[in-house]
Amino acid sequence: MGEMLKELKKALIIFGTLTLVLGLIYPLVMTGISQAVFPYQATGEMIKINGNVVGSELIGQNFEGPQYFQGRPSAIDYNASTSGGSNYGPTNQKLIDRVNETINEIKTNDNLSANATIPSDMVLASGSGLDRYISVESALIQVPRIAKERNISESAIKDLIQKTQETPFPGIGQPVVNVLKLNIALGGIH
Amino acid sequence: MVIEEVLLIILFLLILTIAAIPLGKYMSKVFTGKKTFMTPVIRPVENFIYRICSIDQNQEMTWKRYAYALLIFNIIGITFLFALQLIQNFLPLNPAQMSSVRWDTALNTAISFATNTNWQSYAGETTMSYLTQMLGMTVQNFLSASVGIAALLALIRGFTRQNSDTVGNFWVDLTRTSLYVLLPIAVVFALILASQGVVQTIDPYVTAQTLNGANQTIAIGPVASQEAIKMIGSNGGGFFNANSAHPFENPNGLTNILETFAILLIPISLVFAFGYIIRNFKQGLVIFAAMMILLVAGMGVAYYAESQSNPIIDKLGVTGGNMEGKELTFGVAESVLWGSTTTDVSNGGVNSMHDSAMPLTGLVYMFNMGIGEVIFGGLGVGLIGMLFYVILTMFIAGLMIGRTPEFLGKKLGPYEMVMAVIALVVPAAMILILAGIAISLPDGLTGLNNPSAHGLSEILYAYTSALANNGSAFAGLSANTVFYNLTLGLGMLIGRFAVIIPALAIAGALAKKGRVATDASTFPSTSALFVIMLVSVVIVVGALTFFPVFALGPILEQLFLHGGLTF
Repeated sequence: MGEMLKELKKALIIFGTLTLVLGLIYPLVMTGISQAVFPYQATGEMIKINGNVVGSELIGQNFEGPQYFQGRPSAIDYNASTSGGSNYGPTNQKLIDRVNETINEIKTNDNLSANATIPSDMVLASGSGLDRYISVESALIQVPRIAKERNISESAIKDLIQKTQETPFPGIGQPVVNVLKLNIALGGIH
Repeated sequence: MVIEEVLLIILFLLILTIAAIPLGKYMSKVFTGKKTFMTPVIRPVENFIYRICSIDQNQEMTWKRYAYALLIFNIIGITFLFALQLIQNFLPLNPAQMSSVRWDTALNTAISFATNTNWQSYAGETTMSYLTQMLGMTVQNFLSASVGIAALLALIRGFTRQNSDTVGNFWVDLTRTSLYVLLPIAVVFALILASQGVVQTIDPYVTAQTLNGANQTIAIGPVASQEAIKMIGSNGGGFFNANSAHPFENPNGLTNILETFAILLIPISLVFAFGYIIRNFKQGLVIFAAMMILLVAGMGVAYYAESQSNPIIDKLGVTGGNMEGKELTFGVAESVLWGSTTTDVSNGGVNSMHDSAMPLTGLVYMFNMGIGEVIFGGLGVGLIGMLFYVILTMFIAGLMIGRTPEFLGKKLGPYEMVMAVIALVVPAAMILILAGIAISLPDGLTGLNNPSAHGLSEILYAYTSALANNGSAFAGLSANTVFYNLTLGLGMLIGRFAVIIPALAIAGALAKKGRVATDASTFPSTSALFVIMLVSVVIVVGALTFFPVFALGPILEQLFLHGGLTF
């Protein structure tokens, strides 16, 4: 019995020691180094305009109004104090209804023909609910609407898309645009 | 496009394997107490820990003593994490003013992190304080991984020792794994992640004023330090609810590849370390081959299934892949690459929502978990599980050739067989029993987010994940209820200790035995034939256990999908 208690005492002390090393020293030292060396990246890549934070480079947001590029559907309405997807399975009628509704909205807002096709990223919600990207194809669909609303030429907007597009892994995969950055850049065109 | 993606995946697996060999060699040195390049830095810290804990590093333990130390260490871990969540509202580093966590959620979470499962019935950014994430989750991410490896080391010693009553010292195995293996890799990885945009701060959540003038509160926190160990330690518990789909856990294509790499790195290295420790690298290579065959086969099926678009949505005039629950940052290929590896290894972190994947993709994910997480698997316990399958395979081979089965020069008797079968059968049976209970009770059914066949998959996935100590979810299931928190908590405990305790028991029994000489009639365990037999045994056991219920879940849903039926 004495041996068992001795082992218990060892367990308690080693647990306490490792907890301090791994749970306090390690994360706080990582915080210190990260804040000193990569302060912008380690604080969420916040975009400031006139000193005010308008969002994060990495986090999508809601854009109300036809003059803005619209992002993907979000199960959490781009509320970045939470995160998550719809978790609808492929045979869930609620998924099909939501997709149908989104298709109709897009067709109405962007004045598309009834048999026009729409890229899946515009009607299917991301897993995080915070996706900052849309595909270039999805951005191009919105160009005529935005040109009309903002009274600027379609080619100027297309140039902007060309300039802001990126591939998430350098050089590989489908080109995408960051919707917040694109909308901020739009504000610079007159 | 397809060829490009397939080549990328092959290149990824190749680089990973090449990296795992030297790391395996390094770990074998650490685990056998030899000097490495890290020794001058870490040895003083290690000795300091032994001194204050009055641990004699040369004192050996019997398997029962080893199991006792492991169990009380886990009980302390669970109790501490449970209590920490209940009182987090009184503690510092809680800028978002999180309140005390409800008891059943806290209990489920404490068990979950201590058993290396990291099932999460809570949403991190709306439930846990920074202190709880650091002192609770991050710590258990390290320790549960080290405990798994410690159990493996004891089992390996069972094979390498002769006429011995002891299997090692638990405290030494635990400390060495944490300090020499996990911590250095986590430090490097955390800093790489932070440089790429994974947040690492203890500042409060930021409120942005959007272009529309609305307020958007953006959750941040000490994420990179937790993310690093979450990925390398086969843990998978996210800082955020969306896990590695969240841009602050996994901001770009580069971090995604690195995190996927991190899921597999140590589990693969451990197989090579095993080969080095038993001085039979070829044996390690053979087990690696069996695991890699299973990994590639599952990944191939999942990749094919997920590359198909949803035919019902296609008909509505939508082009492109099944992007529901997926980030554009990763796309379909990298989501499946992750999904397969996270279910092969019992990591359980996700970069896409598995609930919204195609039916057959979900089937592969459940199969990977259901066979007991032996495709590299969780740290330590993955290889333990595969060694149980090896024992089973040797038994079957022994029946065929009419000889007492043996492996690595040790005769495998009825005791080893019984223990291995307990470890393989009990978790699988409990998946089916607990899922059966859940679909029979209103408490189980009210949590469903999807009806019909997909609903069955949702419940089945939850118990498979819990018993396999994986932690990923068909996350539509509202599992934060007393019923689910308790039944899944029980499942996680069974899944963990019905594997570890038999492993230690086998270790103790084998260590006592002497080695028998191999001769021409010994069934060779390093042949291609052995690989084929091992892979077949794994597939047959998994298929016999789960295909009846898969037929009613994912397979039926696949038929519905192509028949255009929705629910």
